[in-house]
Amino acid sequence: MKTYLARRLLALIPVALVVATVAFVLMHLAPGDPASVIAGPYASADDVKRLQHQLGLDAPLPAQLVRWYARLLRGDLGDSIFLRRPVLEAIADRVEPTLLLTSLATLLAVAIGVPAGIVSARRPNSSEDQALMLFALLGISVPNFLLGLLLILVFSVQLGWFPVAGYSPLEHGALQTLRSLLLPAVALGVVQSGLIARITRSAMLDVLREPFILAGRAKGLAERTVVWKHALKNAMIPTVTIIGVSFAVLLGGAIVVETVFNIPGLGRLIISAVLRRDYPVIQGVVLCVAAVYMVINLLVDLSYLAFDPRVRYQ
Amino acid sequence: MTGVSRPEAQALPALGARPGGARRVRPWAVPLVRRRIVVVGGLLLAGATAAGALAPVLGGDPTRMDVAARLAAPSRAHWLGTDDVGRDVWSRVVYGARLSLLVGAAVVALALVAGVLCGLLAGYYRRLDNAIMRVMDGLMAFPAIVLAIALMAVLGPSVLNVVVAIGVVYTPRVARIVRASVLVIRETAYVEAARALGASDGALLARHVLPNCLSPVVVQASFVFAAAVLTEAALSFLGVGVPPYVPSWGNILSEGRLYIQQAPWLVLYPGAAIMLTILALNLVGDGLRDALDPKARGLASDKQGAA
Repeated sequence: MKTYLARRLLALIPVALVVATVAFVLMHLAPGDPASVIAGPYASADDVKRLQHQLGLDAPLPAQLVRWYARLLRGDLGDSIFLRRPVLEAIADRVEPTLLLTSLATLLAVAIGVPAGIVSARRPNSSEDQALMLFALLGISVPNFLLGLLLILVFSVQLGWFPVAGYSPLEHGALQTLRSLLLPAVALGVVQSGLIARITRSAMLDVLREPFILAGRAKGLAERTVVWKHALKNAMIPTVTIIGVSFAVLLGGAIVVETVFNIPGLGRLIISAVLRRDYPVIQGVVLCVAAVYMVINLLVDLSYLAFDPRVRYQ
Repeated sequence: MTGVSRPEAQALPALGARPGGARRVRPWAVPLVRRRIVVVGGLLLAGATAAGALAPVLGGDPTRMDVAARLAAPSRAHWLGTDDVGRDVWSRVVYGARLSLLVGAAVVALALVAGVLCGLLAGYYRRLDNAIMRVMDGLMAFPAIVLAIALMAVLGPSVLNVVVAIGVVYTPRVARIVRASVLVIRETAYVEAARALGASDGALLARHVLPNCLSPVVVQASFVFAAAVLTEAALSFLGVGVPPYVPSWGNILSEGRLYIQQAPWLVLYPGAAIMLTILALNLVGDGLRDALDPKARGLASDKQGAA
């Protein structure tokens, strides 16, 4: 178990290195160098040169890359060109709504998707299976931002049950926050629950065909025990994997849906940064999201320990 | 795992294995239902393609502004109403179909060519494997939409750049699948035989390895297509995709969002177009998968990576 843990942690290093490099290369592909963007259109050539030197942009690329790694290790993401403050601070300000929205959406997606998949798998090709799978197929075919717009149209504009847009931060009361995040979370979660239902269903179908299920039934266990205890636990590996993937996908989705509901999270931050060509902010958000993504993958790997004893002895 | 051995289990299915057995009760019904629904998908897709191809005939000019009829409700003159500057929504939706399908097809072409090439090289040449796949892992460590946004920031808004950005995002997904197939095919007897006969690496890859790893790629192509349509719409909706003057479903939604109370048709019709197109692509993809790649049924595929 310790070696498994150690191997997982070690495996993160090359990925992190590649991620950091991709982020570096990405921003060096940008037309025009950051120095002239920072200095603005009215700066003289000398000013730009001085700024280049100040930012270390005149050093050879490999040297810049090494310096970039060193900066990242210190947790320094640089300064925003437009906001004139450290990128990390700007991100810390915006991270709350995005993470809350993603978590709430994941919770909803799991709460809908897993039971739907199990019910489907218990009687494959029954009418309830076909209805649920049709719903799941529709779910994965609706873009989340479109569902968000439709929810606003029905529940905010027509019925007036929810605010049309905006976010109420946690410090003003958790209930208000929940109210402001519910529609966007539904928009994200319902779409993703379709995928989770499909995966859970096929994982359960595979497990239910295993001999130990037959053995359980043969010794007279209640069908409920067989399905919810014996089968489900063994179907959890693909399911947990897809839940982890879902969190990551929903994090990306949250960035889109925030625009629909005017939620001041990481999504609004990166989009406004793109429109202002504020490259350090874009780079910072991209890196932070990738970091969360990696941590989630690690947690998924570790959760296998709980569901499959074979992993422990590897 | 538990006490029952395999042969025993195989002898008993009629007795107890209800869920597993139910599949075998109506073996003909399943493919039929599936196939019929795949046909529906194909028809929807053909409809969208026809609409896109015939856009100039069907839709007229998507940029003509009828200022007198701003935000007009659907009527005989404007089937799906007009937008905030009086442009015909039907015409823009039809041109949007053309753009979405063109972008989707171009992304598929780009991601397949690049992905197959990377996958072949990584799977076939041990020395390249690590280098290529680590780059692919790195690209896949970002959520698709976030990487696409960052690439658009660097490349600047244009239709071609949208294709490049989404293509780069989906290349690693194709490469992984191809590499996995190549690793298996490389060890088969027929490849060894061809090698013994003196076939060059190039000939071996092109004539023996490539054709045998294509069926999962074809399946993946339809899901990449769906993801590309979705991602293009999301990017344009966010204002970082195709330039605002180009009629695209994402652009129509992004403008329509501001008038959702007065003119819901600005959201409903392009939204329905996106949904039906993606649904059609998913249906066709499911059908292809069942036909070509029975082992992969129900597997994830990153088609939701988009938005």
